[in-house]
Amino acid sequence: MNPTSLGLRAVRRLASNDALDRLGVRERVEKIVYRSTRDGFKAANGAGRTFVAASRLGKPARQRTAGSELFDLTPSEDQQMLQESFRDFAAARLRPAALDADAKAMAPEELLKELAELGLTMIGVPEELGGVMTERSAVATVLTAEALAHGDMGLAVAALAPGGVATALSLWGDADHQSTYLPALVGDDVPAAAIALLEPRALFDPFDLKTTAKRQGDDYVLDGIKAMVPRAAQAELLLVAARMDNGQNALFIAEDGILARPTPAMGVRAAATGEIMLEGLRVPATALLGDGDPAVYAECVRRARLAWCALSVGTAQAVLDYVIPYVNDRKAFGEPISHRQAVAFAVADIAVELEGMRLITLRAAARADAGKSFAREVALARHLCSEKGTRIGSEGVQLLGGHGYVKEHPVERWYRDLRATGVMEGGLLA
Amino acid sequence: MINLETPKKFRPLIEQTKQVAEHVYRPISRRYDRDEHERPKELDMLAALIDGMEEGGETGGAGAAGVKRTASANGDTGNRNGSNMSTALSIIELSAGDVGLLLAMPRQGLGNSAIASVADDEQSARFAGRWAAMAITEPEAGSDSAAIRTTAVLDGDHYVLNGEKIYVTSGERADLVVVWATLDKSAGRAAIKSFVVERSNPGMILERVEHKLGIRASDTAAFRLENCRVPKEDLLGTPDIDTKRGFGGVMQTFDNTRPLVAAMAVGVAQACLEETRRLFGEAGVEIDYENPGRDAAVAEFIAMEADYEAARLLTLEATWMADNSKPNSLHASYAKAKAGRACVDIALGCVKLCGALGYGEELLLEKWARDAKILDIFEGTQQIQLLIIARQLLKKTSAELK
Repeated sequence: MNPTSLGLRAVRRLASNDALDRLGVRERVEKIVYRSTRDGFKAANGAGRTFVAASRLGKPARQRTAGSELFDLTPSEDQQMLQESFRDFAAARLRPAALDADAKAMAPEELLKELAELGLTMIGVPEELGGVMTERSAVATVLTAEALAHGDMGLAVAALAPGGVATALSLWGDADHQSTYLPALVGDDVPAAAIALLEPRALFDPFDLKTTAKRQGDDYVLDGIKAMVPRAAQAELLLVAARMDNGQNALFIAEDGILARPTPAMGVRAAATGEIMLEGLRVPATALLGDGDPAVYAECVRRARLAWCALSVGTAQAVLDYVIPYVNDRKAFGEPISHRQAVAFAVADIAVELEGMRLITLRAAARADAGKSFAREVALARHLCSEKGTRIGSEGVQLLGGHGYVKEHPVERWYRDLRATGVMEGGLLA
Repeated sequence: MINLETPKKFRPLIEQTKQVAEHVYRPISRRYDRDEHERPKELDMLAALIDGMEEGGETGGAGAAGVKRTASANGDTGNRNGSNMSTALSIIELSAGDVGLLLAMPRQGLGNSAIASVADDEQSARFAGRWAAMAITEPEAGSDSAAIRTTAVLDGDHYVLNGEKIYVTSGERADLVVVWATLDKSAGRAAIKSFVVERSNPGMILERVEHKLGIRASDTAAFRLENCRVPKEDLLGTPDIDTKRGFGGVMQTFDNTRPLVAAMAVGVAQACLEETRRLFGEAGVEIDYENPGRDAAVAEFIAMEADYEAARLLTLEATWMADNSKPNSLHASYAKAKAGRACVDIALGCVKLCGALGYGEELLLEKWARDAKILDIFEGTQQIQLLIIARQLLKKTSAELK
């Protein structure tokens, strides 16, 4: 099916969507649809879903903070279980699907469904809201993201993005937000959801957003463009980062009238990244998350960076695990190339830096779970994972030489994927 | 439960060592760097104080001694934060004070670590309270310690040692020198044993004390062993040549001390970053982690701090594994490799960022940059660490991966 026909079907659905009339924005949307089609933007939310709370909570539920007095690198039993099951799934299902998903720039629906069945979106959701854990879950999410990215980073991003929204709503949503959106996010049919934060310009600074949210009566009106949003064209639910009239940055829940166009990138292509166009998108005042507290937005930026660190650890581990047998098997000048220090030391370097990336990421995550400040720790983790991860991606290709440059081996994909950390902002959360 | 914070119970120890670093080491740092070979007398009193504290069990090991692997005494199988970690933590703080002075601490020598790691109870008692240096390197055997040529021949109740030893840290000032020698050159590593030699032994002749790039407060000696007679009972470990166990006993020392040298590197890097942060502050530049923006100097600082943090956590990981009786040879080398190179890069980077203040002798940054380099060399160079790591990961013997 070609993308244009897909887009047209979506527009048709949108046109018959009662929600448009309910919110009284049909005319506005029609105008946007008309204008944006020229630039390749199409209405997202092909499923035409509306989120309605079946029952209302009295007050929001939260996961508890949890910390330890002793230095410890052993995951809890729950965390180990998550780690193992997602590691197995990544090896059995994600890795074999990665090449094709990368080429098509699309994650297979059935894979995402299977991952949802494994409870991927539930990790950051309090037990009383259909989640699985009572305690804060940044470490659990980091371990999960690492395990999935060992299979494939792009597919991991596609699968983890809705969980990021679920985590955000669990952390900062009010009772209405939680009862409206969380049942769907932890349900059987998980909506395509993501955090739309990054904007398409060089030297982007997440604390200097150009997307605006202007208050007009009972609504906020969002204007701007968001970049590299996972599964943008399918998006049914977004948390959009925008600057308010008071100059503070905040997150807004958007579900209707989302316009998207696919913008495949160098890597994480299976995540089907795309741009979101916000052209006078009207959301109700209640769509504002966390009362517009700038600390909530800052924490969202940090947790997203943390998730990208975890992904880089998983993919870098995949590189290490792949090059070890390769350099042992590959012969040159009559012996395995691993007998040469130049080759062996490159492998050792990967291992050293990878372990550092893992520890620095885990420290930031554990601090988040313990309710400690983690701004500095995330900043250090992001730098390390961005720089060393990229380097590991490059060394992976280098160690395979010409073989590393062709798609017969996955290292060229990892080279592309590992560059995402350090570029990406938002998308998903830990 | 995963937690990478410094354990609360070690905070008093860290506070104490910070005090020593700040009030004992720092004020005399420049002096003993300038007056190389001068014995830092201030350390004698400090060493006595530490001996007292160790006896009272208050320090958890403030210096470089006592890194013997101790299984949990009370039999609990839970998570432990023990003496390997506390020792590393105190070394980080002391090295942030002055790593040269730390290395010059009486009774905290590498030889003391060797004795603590491999001596039997009788020997431990006999050598207690004495300062022991370690003599491994020879002019023709550096990283390749299996190639040492110093010989030990049994003659009645004594071993007779002959050979040449260089780069003996604290060799001039120590009471004892633990000398590595071979019982049988043809038997390879398994025949290499360590012998505790009295510094006053007339067969061990001090040839010279080196002039160095850094760690100048610590003396580095060269010895000639000429028919040096050592009582038979001063051999550490077993005299048997067990080719299966190979290096066993003597190398065990290194598994324990590599993370401690990594800790020294972490400490020096920490000092450099703290001083640079202070000088940035004077220049009106704050480190904004969230938002380094377009300030190249801040970005460079954060890059260096990230490497420091990775080195620090790798070091703590290696000691945590040792405290929990997990094999940590690979992770000890991760720590040493990362900390060694990060420390040099950070120290030189900080000198650059601080300009004339960094390069001049008024402050200590230039000294730390000179001190730093040894930490990527001794106790296994960067390259040796990478070899150890690569051989383990690639499952290669030393014959295959040379």
